[in-house]
Amino acid sequence: MIGKRMGIGTIQFERPPRVRAWAAVGGKKEKQGPLGSEFDHLFPDTMCEETTWEKAEMHLQKVAVGMAANKCKLPIAAFDMIIAGDLLGQCVASSYAARGTQVPYLGVYGACSTMAESLGLAACMVDGGFAQRVCAVASSHFCTAERQYRFPLAYGGQRTPTAQWTATAAGACILTPAADDCAPVRITHVCFGKVCDLGITDANNMGAAMAPAAYDTIRTLLSDTGTHPEDYDGIFTGDLGKVGSALLCELFEQDGIHIAQKHEDCGKLLFDDKQDIHAGGSGCGCAASVLCAHLLPRLSDGRYQRIILAATGALMSPTSVQQGESIPGICHALILESGKKR
Amino acid sequence: MDMTPQEYEQLVEKHCKPSPLGKDMLWAFVIGGAICTLGQGISDFWKAVGLDEKDAAAATSITLIGLSALLTGLHLYEKLAKHAGAGTLVPITGFSNSVASPALEFKSEGFILGTGAKMFTIAGPVIVYGISASILYGILLVIFGAA
Repeated sequence: MIGKRMGIGTIQFERPPRVRAWAAVGGKKEKQGPLGSEFDHLFPDTMCEETTWEKAEMHLQKVAVGMAANKCKLPIAAFDMIIAGDLLGQCVASSYAARGTQVPYLGVYGACSTMAESLGLAACMVDGGFAQRVCAVASSHFCTAERQYRFPLAYGGQRTPTAQWTATAAGACILTPAADDCAPVRITHVCFGKVCDLGITDANNMGAAMAPAAYDTIRTLLSDTGTHPEDYDGIFTGDLGKVGSALLCELFEQDGIHIAQKHEDCGKLLFDDKQDIHAGGSGCGCAASVLCAHLLPRLSDGRYQRIILAATGALMSPTSVQQGESIPGICHALILESGKKR
Repeated sequence: MDMTPQEYEQLVEKHCKPSPLGKDMLWAFVIGGAICTLGQGISDFWKAVGLDEKDAAAATSITLIGLSALLTGLHLYEKLAKHAGAGTLVPITGFSNSVASPALEFKSEGFILGTGAKMFTIAGPVIVYGISASILYGILLVIFGAA
């Protein structure tokens, strides 16, 4: 291939951008989960000191960006760009969080895959020399998502065993150029995924809707880079949950590729079974917060040398579901490496 | 991966845990039955304080609707409904919950475009088709029931 592309659809960075700082914030349920102690900040309630849930989600993003900026001792105004996304209609949590920052802002939507999308785009910006310091953010909030996609919170309904729980969380990363020796993690490759749809129409089974997309993107990334699952310390999908994870492993098994040993899912890591979350966590904030609370610290101190982050999204809307459309899935994958010498 | 949607559907079914129907039905039976028993108790109470049969029935519905709206406001109804399922959905308390919950939740968009406009998003279809069915029934009764 020409330029920075390799294989069918992978971008190989010439000068791998670095992740200089990051921060993860979450809510009450995230605090009670297995990763509770790894978050930078946790709010004790769903309102996050605000008056509406939408404002609470904006606040989550603001706090995440502010904390990440503090860690690298930069004012937010020093960023060249903020690339952010969330689940709300018209991406308002991100736009309103960016209001007043005086930083050029790009809003992106990739449903629950948003963090990988914003991170991948940010990495392209930095490697291309279009920006020096880019902030990639994503957030979700259980209550804003429920009222938009499903029922009011106080409505007495039952969730199916395949349903997932939208995380109330946000994650923010600050990317800097390859020459920044202080930044402990490198992004070496990104593979932006194709929209895959195998006809799933059940909006309470998003893991099944997204698994084919995760398979397609990870398969493309592995074959384009000539690597195997064993070459990584972990392959972390965004939020396939229990059902989607089992399906992904089976799809790979059919190709004779065994990823079960290396595969983990952010939706399964964020919560544990006792928390009554059914098939696992979901939402843009799920992959974003697990990346920033759990994965990046491990890459930073060398516990992980190289991982794949493959965040997945279900690209339906309440209207498309009501009209009987099936649910298209998407997955964007990145290869992240520890900046420490092996 | 070379898979048709039909083949994939079969694979998905293999990995999906079905709803625990036996447990769900038992919960629905016990809680639904308890709500009905409570309704009977309330009805007896209203009759005991002097209401006639017809007024006691109306007062019982009003009491149950009020109780359900109160429990919805206290976020207790959804906790019960999580286990009870149809047991809390079918009685009149479920109808009350389906009106009270959006009314509360959409208060943030104001009393007119929020509470007022969204109050019947869940219960609306029940009202529309309930009234439509009763009109249809009334017409049939007029035509065929005269004899």
